[in-house]
Amino acid sequence: MNTLEIRNLTLMKGPKALLADISLDIWQGYVHAIIGPNGAGKSTLAQTIMGLSGYRDIEGDIFFEGQSIKGLSVDERARLGLTLVFQEPARYEGLGVKDFILAGAREKKAALVDEALNVVGLDPARYRDRAVDKTLSGGERKRIELASVYAMKPRLVMMDEPDSGVDIDSVQNIFAVIRELKNDGATVILITHSPEVLKQADHAFLLCAGQIVDKGTMENMYDYFNGRCAPCTHIGNPIIDSQLGA
Amino acid sequence: MAEAAIDTKTPIQSAERDELIAELLDSIKQHHYGPGVAHIEIHGNEVLGVKLVDGLEVVSHSIPDGVEVDIRVKKGVTIQNPVHFCFGIIPDNGVQRIITRTVIEEGARAQFMAHCTFPNAVNVQHIMDAKVIIEKGAYLSYLERHVHGPKGGVTIVPKTEVRVEENGRYNTEFELIEGAAGAIDLDYKATCAKGAVVDMKARIYGRLEDRIHIREAVYLEGEESVGVLTSHIALKEKAQAIVENEVIASAPLARGHVDCKEIIQGEAQARAIPIVQVKDHRAHVTHEAAIGSVDSKQLETLLSRGLSEDQATDLIIKGLLS
Repeated sequence: MNTLEIRNLTLMKGPKALLADISLDIWQGYVHAIIGPNGAGKSTLAQTIMGLSGYRDIEGDIFFEGQSIKGLSVDERARLGLTLVFQEPARYEGLGVKDFILAGAREKKAALVDEALNVVGLDPARYRDRAVDKTLSGGERKRIELASVYAMKPRLVMMDEPDSGVDIDSVQNIFAVIRELKNDGATVILITHSPEVLKQADHAFLLCAGQIVDKGTMENMYDYFNGRCAPCTHIGNPIIDSQLGA
Repeated sequence: MAEAAIDTKTPIQSAERDELIAELLDSIKQHHYGPGVAHIEIHGNEVLGVKLVDGLEVVSHSIPDGVEVDIRVKKGVTIQNPVHFCFGIIPDNGVQRIITRTVIEEGARAQFMAHCTFPNAVNVQHIMDAKVIIEKGAYLSYLERHVHGPKGGVTIVPKTEVRVEENGRYNTEFELIEGAAGAIDLDYKATCAKGAVVDMKARIYGRLEDRIHIREAVYLEGEESVGVLTSHIALKEKAQAIVENEVIASAPLARGHVDCKEIIQGEAQARAIPIVQVKDHRAHVTHEAAIGSVDSKQLETLLSRGLSEDQATDLIIKGLLS
């Protein structure tokens, strides 16, 4: 069963296609990765699926659990169970960690705050009463953002570079969240440059110049990171399918 | 513990007094005070109730349009619980002028919470004229919280002059988040002696056609004195705000900072004027000012958790004003 189906998705910026005729299926309950070089369109694809401002004027369609979400706003998509973890988490002056974590949760239980903080490896006693502001490091904010996603209990989570700005030890906490989400039946899409993050995935898509140029198991797609993928000197004219792996 | 007598000259009868006190306290969601908590309730130009604790002196008398109040915390005394002042007018119109002279004597420490409540205001004027002296090594924290009705028919004119003597500390917060502000013309000035610290915060949510003008100035005249001015303002609909924060450092190793943030929505307008002046090369003063709509990344993050735009904006503003 597919959680997400993308059909002939094209997003133009002026004359340039940021995403060009993308079709893909995201299987329910799996961890998928979208990999590719800088500028390939990975974050653009995630932001388009989420329906962020500037990424809504698309051709094609996006189906979430069988329903077209093309005409839905960001919050309407989120209320269906779709969410995005941004690469660079926002800072909120004065907004408490507790309020932030519970913002998207259906059940506003204090115990859920502690549970979510524990999942991301942050001591609830030290963090629950702090603010999501500049007194927290980027890595701490990233983990708190993941805690907020955990508390939301989404059905599909897209994580844009989940390990960016996070120290090596804390990356393990992020991987734990991915496992928890999967164990809870959620589907995860990882947008990544990192071989370590790719290892968390069951399946991956390779994106180049706004097009899906390959897909397969994590082992197969690992070639991209080993330099056996066609190097992206092909921006705007990717080598696709049969030409790959030659 | 000292229990002050209620002013017997007031023409308000006992039952009416109790009813007014109940209405005032109800409007600020403060239904009773615990034992050992000093509190003073003033309605219009009538002192309705006074309860004091050891080391705290309050002398008040009515004037035609308000009340004069002398407040003194005795030398070396620490008032354990915050002292609550409730100023207000329950009817929809009226004038209340509060003239206060406050002295926190040497080494004394206290927290005052002033609740100013005008829940039914259509045409109310609240004028506050305060002089505060924080003596050597003394400390006062003063939180002024306003509760207004939804119509914004209040004109608030708080004027405060503070002198903080050697190693004294004065923290003040002006908060108006509930109800429509109406018109606010706030004017606070503080002077710091050697090692003294002043920390002034204003947190205001303007709505409708509110007009907000804030002038805060701190004069760092003593060596190693510190002044911090913080204004966080959120405006929506047709509200307008002007914020003038000024720090003047004229002593060695004085340090100051001005922080002004304003979020505007709808047709609201904001203007921030941070002024920093340094008259001694060993002093250091900084400022930051930002005016804009709600940050798009903050908003998009909360939208992607399923909050509506209004819910997300309210949460962001609630944080800014917390």
